[in-house]
Amino acid sequence: MKAAAFDYAKPKALSEAIGLLSEAGEDARLIAGGQTLLATLNLRLSEPSVLIDITNIDELKGISLTGNQLRIGALVTHTEIEDSELIAKHAPLLKVAVPHIAHRAIRNLGTWGGSLAYGDPAAEWPACSLALNATMLIAGPAGERRISAQDFFVDLYTTSLEPDEILVATEIPIATSNQVFYFHELARRHGDYAIAGAALVAEKQGNVLSECAFTFFSVGATPVMAKKAQALVNGRPLTGELIASAVAAARDEIEAMADITNSAETKEHLIGVLLERGLKHLLAE
Amino acid sequence: MSLKKKITMTVNGLTVNAEIEPRRHLVDFLREDLHLKGPHLGCEQGACGACTVKVDGQIIRGCLYLAVQADGCEVETIEGLTKNGTLADLQESFMRRNAMQCGFCSSGMLLAAAELVEQRPHASREEVREWISGNYCRCTGYHSIVDAIVDVLEARAKGEKIKPVVAHA
Ligand SMILES: Cc1cc2nc3c(=O)[nH]c(=O)nc-3n(C[C@H](O)[C@H](O)[C@H](O)COP(=O)(O)OP(=O)(O)OC[C@H]3O[C@@H](n4cnc5c(N)ncnc54)[C@H](O)[C@@H]3O)c2cc1C
Ligand code: FES
Ligand code: FES
Repeated sequence: MKAAAFDYAKPKALSEAIGLLSEAGEDARLIAGGQTLLATLNLRLSEPSVLIDITNIDELKGISLTGNQLRIGALVTHTEIEDSELIAKHAPLLKVAVPHIAHRAIRNLGTWGGSLAYGDPAAEWPACSLALNATMLIAGPAGERRISAQDFFVDLYTTSLEPDEILVATEIPIATSNQVFYFHELARRHGDYAIAGAALVAEKQGNVLSECAFTFFSVGATPVMAKKAQALVNGRPLTGELIASAVAAARDEIEAMADITNSAETKEHLIGVLLERGLKHLLAE
Repeated sequence: MSLKKKITMTVNGLTVNAEIEPRRHLVDFLREDLHLKGPHLGCEQGACGACTVKVDGQIIRGCLYLAVQADGCEVETIEGLTKNGTLADLQESFMRRNAMQCGFCSSGMLLAAAELVEQRPHASREEVREWISGNYCRCTGYHSIVDAIVDVLEARAKGEKIKPVVAHA
C-alpha cells in the first residue's frame, strides 16, 4: 500500500525543528530513519499532515566520550553503533546486541533515538538503555530536560516524551574494568523481533556479582527489570543454588504478556531460561 | 496547494531533477519515473529486501525511504552497478551456482551480498546466511545463493576471480 499525502520539511537546527513541531501540533511526525514510521505510513496506520525530517540536525549526531559518560546522539544509526570503536570499548553490550536488530539495510538507516522514542517493548535498545542505566536528554519548547531510562519507558509504545519534544541524545556511564554483561534473545529467525530477550549487566569480583541490572524485553509493555532476582544475587557468591533462586524470583515477579504466538506462561518460562543461561555465562566469564 | 517538492539527485552517475510528492517512495520513483525496473517491489514493509538500492554508498530499503529524502544524494541501482562492473564477480558466481532462479529477489540479493563482501571479507558461511536472511527468496531456498556468495569470498581471499560460465564476446 502507499502512504497518504503529506507535506515534508527538513530543518537544519534543533530549535527550528521544535518550532515546526509545536506549530503543526498533533498532526506532525518526526522522521529519523523512517524504518518504523514509513512502514506504518505504508499501511496507513497513521496519516500525518507533515513529516519533519530531523536528519540534517547536527546537534543530534555523533558518538562521543566526556569523562566517564558516553554520549550517543539520537540520529546515530544502528550501523554506526555496530561499527564504532568507542561503543565496542565503552558499551560492549550494545555491540553484542546490535546484530539482532533487523538486517543491515535497515540498520543503515534506523536510529538509536528513533528506537528509544518509539518505545517498542520488543526492541533491543530500550532494554539495553535500561540495563546500562542511561539518561535521556530531551529538548522541547520549554528547554532541555534529562530523565533516566527507568522513568522514560512508560507503557506500550509510550515514553515520557511530550508530543512537542525531541530526544537529543543519551548518556551512558562507560563500562568499568569489572563490568560483565550478557545479551541474548530467542527469536524465530535471525533479525526478527525476540519472543523473549535479556540484557544482563553486573560488576564482578571473583564469583560475586554486584550492581546487578537484569533486564528483559519482549515480555511486557515496556522492558522490565527483575528487581527481586537482582537483590538476591547482589553481593553473594553465585552458586547453582543462588541461580535457581534468582530464576524462580524472576519468573515470579515479572508478569509477562502473551503475544500472538506465545502465551504469558511460555514467556515467563523463557525469562528463567535466559536468566539461568546468562548467570552461568557471567560466572564463567 | 501543491505538496510537490523539487529534488536533485545522482542516479547511476547521472544528475536527475524532478518535482515529486513527498509521499513517493524512492523505489516507485526509480521504477515508474525513471524506468529503472531492476529494484523490485514486494512487501512495502521493509521485510523482503526486493527493493534494495544504494544511497550514498549504503544499501537501504527503497520502500522505506522517500524520494525527497534522497535530495542531494547519490543513488545506485542494479542497473548502474552492473554497468560499472561492481557486481561482476557476484553475478558470475550467482550464474555458476544457479542462484538466480526466478530472479525477482536477485537484484536485492546482489546488492546485499556486495555490501557483505565489502564489509565482512572474512565472513563465515553462517554469517553469510544471517546477512542474506534479510532478503526473501521464495523460489527454492538459500543454499545456492549462500554457495555463490561464499565462492566469491573465498576467491577474493585468494586474490582469484570467478571464472565466467558463459564466454563473453
Ligand atoms: C523489517 C524490519 C525489521 C525490524 N526489526 C527490528 C528489530 O529486530 N529490533 C528493533 O529494535 N527494531 C527493529 N526494526 C525497527 C528499526 O530498528 C527502526 O529503525 C527503529 O525502531 C526506529 O528508528 P528510526 O530511526 O527508523 O525511527 P522512525 O521510523 O524515523 O521514527 C519512529 C518513531 O520515533 C519518532 N522519533 C524518531 N526520532 C525521534 C527523536 N529523536 N525524538 C523524538 N521522537 C523521535 C518518530 O516520530 C516516530 O514516531 C525493524 C524494522 C523493519 C522495517
Ligand atoms: S518491498 Fe521493500 S523490503 Fe519488501
Ligand atoms: S530467485 Fe525467485 S525469489 Fe529468489
